[in-house]
This record gives sequence, structure tokens and C-alpha cells, in this order.
Amino acid sequence: MSVLVNKNSKIIVQGFTGSEGTFHAGQMIEYGTNVVGGVTPGKGGQTHLDRPVFNTVQDAVEQAGADTTIIFVPPAFAADAIMEAADAGIKVIITITEGIPVGDMIKAANYIKNRDCRLIGPNCPGVITPGEAKVGIMPGFVFKKGKVGIVSKSGTLTYEAADQVVKQGLGITTAIGIGGDPIIGTTTKEAVELLINDPETEAVVMIGEIGGQLEADAANWYKASGSKKPIVGFIAGETAPAGRTMGHAGAIVGGSDDTAQAKKKIMRACGIHVVDSPAEIGKKVKEVLG
Amino acid sequence: MNLHEYQGKDILASFGVRIQRGIVAKNAQEAVAAAKQLTSETGTSWHVIKAQVHAGGRGKGGGVKLAKNLQEVEQIAGQIIGMNLITPQTSAEGKKVHQVLVAEDVYYPGESETSEFYMSVLLNRSTGRNMIMYSTEGGMDIETVAEQTPHLIFTEEVDPSVGLMPFQARRIAFNLGLEGTAFKEMTKFVSALYTAYVESDSSLFEINPVLKTSDNKIMAVDAKVTIDDNSLFRHKDYKDLRDLREENPIEVEAGALGLNYVDLDGNVGCMVNGAGLAMATMDLIKQAGGEPANFLDVGGTADAARVEAAFKIILKDPNVKAILINIFGGIVRCDRVAQGVIDAYKNMGNINVPIIVRLQGTNADIAKDLIDNSGLDVLSATEFQEAADKVQKVLA
Repeated sequence: MSVLVNKNSKIIVQGFTGSEGTFHAGQMIEYGTNVVGGVTPGKGGQTHLDRPVFNTVQDAVEQAGADTTIIFVPPAFAADAIMEAADAGIKVIITITEGIPVGDMIKAANYIKNRDCRLIGPNCPGVITPGEAKVGIMPGFVFKKGKVGIVSKSGTLTYEAADQVVKQGLGITTAIGIGGDPIIGTTTKEAVELLINDPETEAVVMIGEIGGQLEADAANWYKASGSKKPIVGFIAGETAPAGRTMGHAGAIVGGSDDTAQAKKKIMRACGIHVVDSPAEIGKKVKEVLG
Repeated sequence: MNLHEYQGKDILASFGVRIQRGIVAKNAQEAVAAAKQLTSETGTSWHVIKAQVHAGGRGKGGGVKLAKNLQEVEQIAGQIIGMNLITPQTSAEGKKVHQVLVAEDVYYPGESETSEFYMSVLLNRSTGRNMIMYSTEGGMDIETVAEQTPHLIFTEEVDPSVGLMPFQARRIAFNLGLEGTAFKEMTKFVSALYTAYVESDSSLFEINPVLKTSDNKIMAVDAKVTIDDNSLFRHKDYKDLRDLREENPIEVEAGALGLNYVDLDGNVGCMVNGAGLAMATMDLIKQAGGEPANFLDVGGTADAARVEAAFKIILKDPNVKAILINIFGGIVRCDRVAQGVIDAYKNMGNINVPIIVRLQGTNADIAKDLIDNSGLDVLSATEFQEAADKVQKVLA
């Protein structure tokens, strides 16, 4: 078992023939991911990386049976790409694109809300189920197969955590990069819930950062769930200056619980094993798994 | 991107939001000319001279003053322009004032009392929707209101599929205790304000105060506007509104080089790929007994040119006693980064602080050998903790 993506996922790449899409689709195929084609409007009928190119996501769904997409479309067109995927019936929409205007994401999030699909990201490294499917931009070799799930807002910090877990002789079921934007499709809580409910996952690493309420929500859900599966947590940004990214009025809405210190306090109170040093994530996972 | 009050008001006015009118001036003479023009256009006899800097609390620092005649306009404008304005939101040195807004007096006496409200438009991150936050307590620090009288702060969330509905605008006007002409004016004001927020791709509007004048007009007397940087590709006309004088010069320079840099007060500089890992590295520096001197994300391509640019930016800060480079090489190979560090180090020639390089990921071993055999005063590490220990050692 694993979550979100596996060897049976039928994956397409939106923004397939662009430079980012081409490079990372190549890496995904090399990893052994089941990439069934890609979408670039106007290039339908061509072949790229030995895979068919479609004009629309709908064509890719109808002709290649696609159920999962990874989006490399530039920021100005990315929200449209997300909505096109949702409209075509894609179930898992993984959006790598960084820099999508918030106004566009409000519309996209609202559009997909009542459709049967899950958005991961945007501005995320993607999702990897080691040995089965790499649907993202992460270095595949870092992620060895195992029993630890990872949820993280950050790219390289996810690789760091996975590397530490693997060096402890453990491995990864699925690593989910949820993204660092103000509006993301899958929250920390939802990603943690997926992994806690995955029978193969025996422990979860949850990596967050300053700003927003996502980690607190996840921690409160975890406590209420009564799950015995251990979670190891880390929050980046204890030394980050206040108010640099959040507006004056936004700070009121955020309340007092979006600093690293406050988040860690809530997480500890909810039974999460929080480490203060990012160098101790792997060690702590080993310890809690006994 | 933060805007000056006068720029924010221009945007509001372009969407039909009523504003306190004003003309910007760069010196006392321009201020007098602006005052004369305003008097002829609006009939105002008094003028408010307002320092234009990116900081709140300007009145408290003496940056907003009333002028009752042209001599006072000249004198006050002359006094404010060029001053270092210190407010609760600036550093102790304050911010240099380059220009003032000469504005009409809107607190004139009339048929009713004036009243001040607070209003902001922003994203509610937990619901992914925009909301209007407002209060009867205008003209005050909203954080104080939130602390002392939270029941006087209201919010109105907007469904993105239909936008702000008339009943919501009415609810806001009712909650603010308005009636008659002022009530109608407020519903128009709120609708226009929300349209302006969405159409301008802003990430924050803060109007404090929103004024009900003595003749029942509703207008924005101040405006704090932040535009979503990611939307600037479709607002070419807004790009010129950026005032680089208001920003940290090292951060501006780093931005021009494509480096995401935030200046901090500590003694250990750092250079990292990825924002999350960069923050984690700062935290690790603190735990090793140092204080981070900066946040710096070099991004995905850490080649010699970028590493050199990053070195130069970090070393502009005289407090830096050591530099920690932490790169997790995924797609980018560690040996390439190591060579980049070595080349940059040699090109610079005069780096006088110890450097700790931690490279992990693709070809990390080759990278460590490259660093160790370079003959340079650079310490290498592969594990995160090892890097922290070396930082601690060089600071001791």
C-alpha cells in the first residue's frame, strides 16, 4: 500500500514539451514512473519522450486513461491547467508551478472544491512512492522504500528528512510535498490523515514552517483521532523575523499561534514527537519506532 | 509589493472608491503649488501634510500635520521632507522622507459629527477566500482593538463564485451603525473597495480610517495597499510603483541577482537551496550557539556565478563571522556546487571568515574530496549535525 500515487497510476504531464516539463518528465520516466503521455495545446498528435502528446486533458483521459497529472505550466496559465484537469476527471492533480497569483488560486480552489479530485500543491516538490512512482521533481535515489510517511511544505527539507530516515536503516512509504503557498489543495491535516490511515505506514514525519494554522489543525486532528501511530514533527523558522511575509492585518487573523514556538507547543500537547533540531529528524523516527 | 499612500489611493480612485484627495510633492515649493491647486479644485482651506514612507504610525512620529495656511504648508512640508521619520513600525534610525502628500482637509464641521471606521481586505488562509475585516473603532491601532475589544471587529467572507453580494455590503453598513445617506454611501464604498482589491490583484488593503464626513460622505483617508508580486505580469502599469528607496539596499541587490535574501542581525551567514531548508539551517545555526545573519535561498542552480554573487551579498554585512553553505543536491550535483564554491572563493581572493560547506545528495562524496583537497580555508561536512558542530567550533 501507499497513498496518492503508485505503480498503477496513469500519469500525464501538463506543460509536457516545455523545458521544465521535458526535463522532469524524462527523470520520472527514467525512475520507472508510468507516464502515459502529456498535454501541450496545439501539439496534439505529436510524440515526445516516446509518449503521445494531447491537445487537451480530456483527450488524455479518453485516449490514455489518465487519472493523475503533474503540472509544470507557467504561473500565468497554471490555475487554468488545474481547472482543466479537474473538469476532465483527473483524480490527483499535482502542481509544481511556483508563483501563481493568489487571486487565480482562490478561483481554482473554489472550482475544484466539489469535484471528485485532490489537488497537491501548488509550489511543491510533488509526491513519491519509492519503487513505484515519482510524480515530482525530487531526487528519486534519496527515497528508499520503507514504512515511514513524510508530509512537508518544503522541497529540499523533505529530501533532507528522507535522507536522514533512510540513513537510520528505515525507508519511505510515500512522501507528500504539500507546498508552501498561502492556498494549497491538500492541507497538512489531510496529508497526515492519508498516511495515518495507510496500513503500510508505521510512522509519519510532519515538517512545517511558520505562518498559517495547518500544523495546529493537523496536530488537533491527530489527537482527536486517537491514533497510536507515532508522528515526528519539525517546524522550520524559529529564527525567522516576524512580519516579513505577513501583512499587518493578516497578523491579527493569524493570531498568536503561527510562530514556530507556538506551533511546536500545540504539536507536543497533541502527542507529536517534536524535534528542535532539523538534524535530529531521522534519529527521532528510529527512536519512536523502537 | 508595498505602495505609498498616494499610490494606493490612486488605485482605489481608479475603481471608483472615494478618497481624500491630494497631490504629492517633493519639496516645499511643490507643496505650496499643490496646496493652491487643491484649494481651487476642492475648496479646501486647510491642508494635511503627510509623509510618504512605507510605515504605519506616521502621525505618532510627527509625519502627519495640519497646515492652516500656505506659510504653514511651506514650513511643515520643508520640515517633514528630508527628516528621518521614526514610528512604532520603523527601526530606531527611522525612514528618510523623500516626498509628502498634500491632502484636503476632510474633517470640516457640518450637519453631523464625523466618525472613523477601520476596514481591510485580505485573504483568509484557512478558508482560501477573501474577507473584509472592519470595525467601528477607526483611526486606532487595530491590534490594540483586537486585544482589548475583539467584539468590535467584524468579518465578512466573500464566496469567490459570486463575489461580494449587496446584502453583505448592507450588513457591513448596518454593523457600522450607519443610516440614511451615509448608509448608502458605505454600501457603494464597500462594493467599489472589494472590486478594486480583486481587480488590482492586491494581497492587502488596509484603510484606516474610513471616514464618514460631516456631510455624510464615506471616504478613504489613508490607504495601505500591497500588490501580489506574482500578479505583476498582468499589471505592467503597477511595476513602476515600486520605490526601491523604501527597501533594504542589500535585499534589492540580491533580488536583482535572482537570490531570495532577507537581512538579519546575527553573525553567521548562510547560503542554502530551498526556503524550508534555509529556515531550518538558520535554526541550526542558533542551536550551534550562533545567530543567523541572513536568510538566503540560492535556488536550484547553485553554479559558480550564483555562489559568488551570494558570497558577495553575505559579506556586505560586517557582522558576519562565519558562513555556512548548506546544499542538498538533488537534480543539481554536489560536485558541481563544490567546484562553484572553490571557483568563487578563488575569484574573490579575500574572504576572511571561515566557511563551512555541507553538501549532501548526488555525488556528495566527490564534492567533499574536492573541498578537502582544494587547499582553501573551507571546512567540509556531509551530515547536518556535523555542519552544526563545525559552526560551533569556528565561533568558539
